[in-house]
Amino acid sequence: MEKKITIEPVTRVEGHGKVTIYIDDEGNVRQSRLHIVEFRGFERFVQGRPYWEAPVLVQRLCGICPVSHHLAAAKALDVIVGAGTGDGLTPTGEKMRRLMHYGQMFQSHALHFFHLVSPDLLFGIDADPAIRNIIGVAKKHPDLAVMGVMMRKYGQEIIRATAGKKIHGTGAIPGGINKLLTVEERDSFLNGPDPMNIDKMISWSLDSVNFLKGYHKENKDFIDNFAKFPSNHLSLVRKDGALDLYHGVLRAVDSEGKKILHDVDYQDYLSYIGEEVRNWSYMKFPYMLEFGKGDGWYRVGPLARLNCCDFIPTPLAQKEFEEFRAYTKGKPNHMSMHYHWARLIELLHSAEMMKELLHDPDLLEGELVTKGTKVNEGVGLLEAPRGTLFHHYRINEHDQITMANLIVSTTNNNEPMNVAVNHAAKQFMNGQKRISEGMMNAVEVAIRAYDPCLSCATHALGQMPLEIILVGPDQEVIERIRR
Amino acid sequence: MGVIRKLFGDQGRKTEKTPLQDDPERTASHSSTNIVNTMSEKVKFTIDGKACVADKGMNLVDAAKINGIYIPTLCHLEGVKPAGSCRICNVRINGRPMTACTTEVAEGMVIENNIPEIQEMRKIIIETLFVSGNHFCPACEKSGNCELQALAYRYQMMVPRFPYEFEEKQVDATSPKLYIDRNRCILCKRCVRSIKKADGKSIFAIKGRGHKAIIIIDHKLAEAMTDEEAQRAMDICPVGSILRKERGYITPIGKRKYDTTPIGSDIEQNVTK
Ligand code: SF4
Ligand code: FES
Repeated sequence: MEKKITIEPVTRVEGHGKVTIYIDDEGNVRQSRLHIVEFRGFERFVQGRPYWEAPVLVQRLCGICPVSHHLAAAKALDVIVGAGTGDGLTPTGEKMRRLMHYGQMFQSHALHFFHLVSPDLLFGIDADPAIRNIIGVAKKHPDLAVMGVMMRKYGQEIIRATAGKKIHGTGAIPGGINKLLTVEERDSFLNGPDPMNIDKMISWSLDSVNFLKGYHKENKDFIDNFAKFPSNHLSLVRKDGALDLYHGVLRAVDSEGKKILHDVDYQDYLSYIGEEVRNWSYMKFPYMLEFGKGDGWYRVGPLARLNCCDFIPTPLAQKEFEEFRAYTKGKPNHMSMHYHWARLIELLHSAEMMKELLHDPDLLEGELVTKGTKVNEGVGLLEAPRGTLFHHYRINEHDQITMANLIVSTTNNNEPMNVAVNHAAKQFMNGQKRISEGMMNAVEVAIRAYDPCLSCATHALGQMPLEIILVGPDQEVIERIRR
Repeated sequence: MGVIRKLFGDQGRKTEKTPLQDDPERTASHSSTNIVNTMSEKVKFTIDGKACVADKGMNLVDAAKINGIYIPTLCHLEGVKPAGSCRICNVRINGRPMTACTTEVAEGMVIENNIPEIQEMRKIIIETLFVSGNHFCPACEKSGNCELQALAYRYQMMVPRFPYEFEEKQVDATSPKLYIDRNRCILCKRCVRSIKKADGKSIFAIKGRGHKAIIIIDHKLAEAMTDEEAQRAMDICPVGSILRKERGYITPIGKRKYDTTPIGSDIEQNVTK
């Protein structure tokens, strides 16, 4: 007799997901699936809207990384208004946007690590959910909790200064940006009272990396082996191979580190990337066309980025990167829990980038917008906190959007998350007669490593609201566990 | 607008013209009757008990303004003959409800403005305007510069208490310089009454009546519009119904009209001294 277990977060509408685990008579996991609701609605309802509205409208599909959507849409529209494919903006336009983006990356990575991941690490993944949450962290390690809150705040202030608002701003417009940084803002970001200044943010970022490395040393088995599996990796890299989160060419490496997508122009992404539909999930499964549906899937996000790039163009993060690379002897890193390590190295890199940008006089004066000959189609890609984000628009002669296609980071990680859940389920559930809290959370921990939007949405206050349903072969409910 | 009319009837309304019949009397050149004819003869009146003085014949909105009192308006536009169509400026004059924008101030008037009943009525008007269109402020580029939104803040509209009408409304994107989003049009006719060519021809008009009324644009004339005229049209529209093409969101948040000065606060600040 085969049983079906469904783990279903039930409190949120957007980005909610559920996990179904199929087990056989012996209690062995046969297969598992992660279902996530897609964002299809937005692609439909931007149709007919004037193109310049897209960056402001589309960012509403996410409350956690709206800046990524805001900027990816703006980048696609840069192409449409004839401002080049990523390198045609004025120095001020490009640098203000980069500052916004690194501020976003910084606050998102900080939020994810301190609020969502640290409870699992500090208390263990099978600890009582009543203490395994950010409030528990605040009680036991107040210093860490304060760091998390203040780093997030710093990033959000950067976003406010560049986009106009902390959430859902209007800063990036087709062809550039609509504001400058003021001298007062710059000075306070550089030299604000402790801890709200960039040097503190850099040193805290370093502390975070060290904290994780320390944890890793003591929990090698878990961190290295939990949901570890080989895959391809895909991300943007700068033309010279450097890590670049805002702009670059598309690169993919296989599980051995061989380049299989050779730094191509993302305007042609449709020649390289396909999306498969499976009847049990609303979310599509992207894959590289050349390698087909079976082998062409890939990981995106911090781990994939550090596997794809050749170096990091800021000194402190580069040092950490070298250590990270050395750990797998220069080969791609396939350990799901190492996403956290990679994410914190990016946190450090983002802080260093912000510092570099804040010292740049172009933020204080210069032309904001540039335009050229209008065309009717544009693609904008960037590396969002959770991975490569694709925006693609077509417009008609009246400036109305006629087509929008978005491949969001979480969609790119669809197959890897499914594989990770499968690994976690097998590792923690095989041969067990009952479903323990720790086992349920193991599945969550695997998903959370990929930082999908749904994990933020449902884990903000400690635990994903879960429902486990055990269903027998005749679809009868055998057991239902809810927490 | 139909909803409002049902709610408040047509009290205080002067003449009702059908749209497109552009009455020459209503053109801008005739509009300043309220301000012109005075020989600065003063009249005294009260608003909510406060003693006020203004030139005789001045329209009540302006008369209140120079006394530091804000009476909200939507369809009214300075320098253009009032239409009295939106009713947001309703006040009570000697106990009777009247629209302030169409009323000349007179000696001894006792005017009630900031009283709970009138505040509530204004709030209802705002709410009905919101539910009869599709005012998605979060992504609208007029946000922060929009008079309707500013009034909704002023009267603390929190939730829609009336059902949404979900009317199918088309956009018109065919003009080279303007994008017309009828989902947001409140049919105030400010554009119709004030955006004209040198020969007095209106570029905008209302087509149809009642529930079917929509704003239309004369495409021939619109094609010849200058950038300045297009900008004026966008500025004159109290909501985000008339948008200039290709220039969206150029004003950053924080620099928009109502970001730091809520609607009416400039007028009210003048009084307190
Ligand atoms: S388009 Fe604007 S100005 Fe013209 S009637 Fe509609 S709301 Fe009023
Ligand atoms: S009726 Fe007076 S402002 Fe509209």
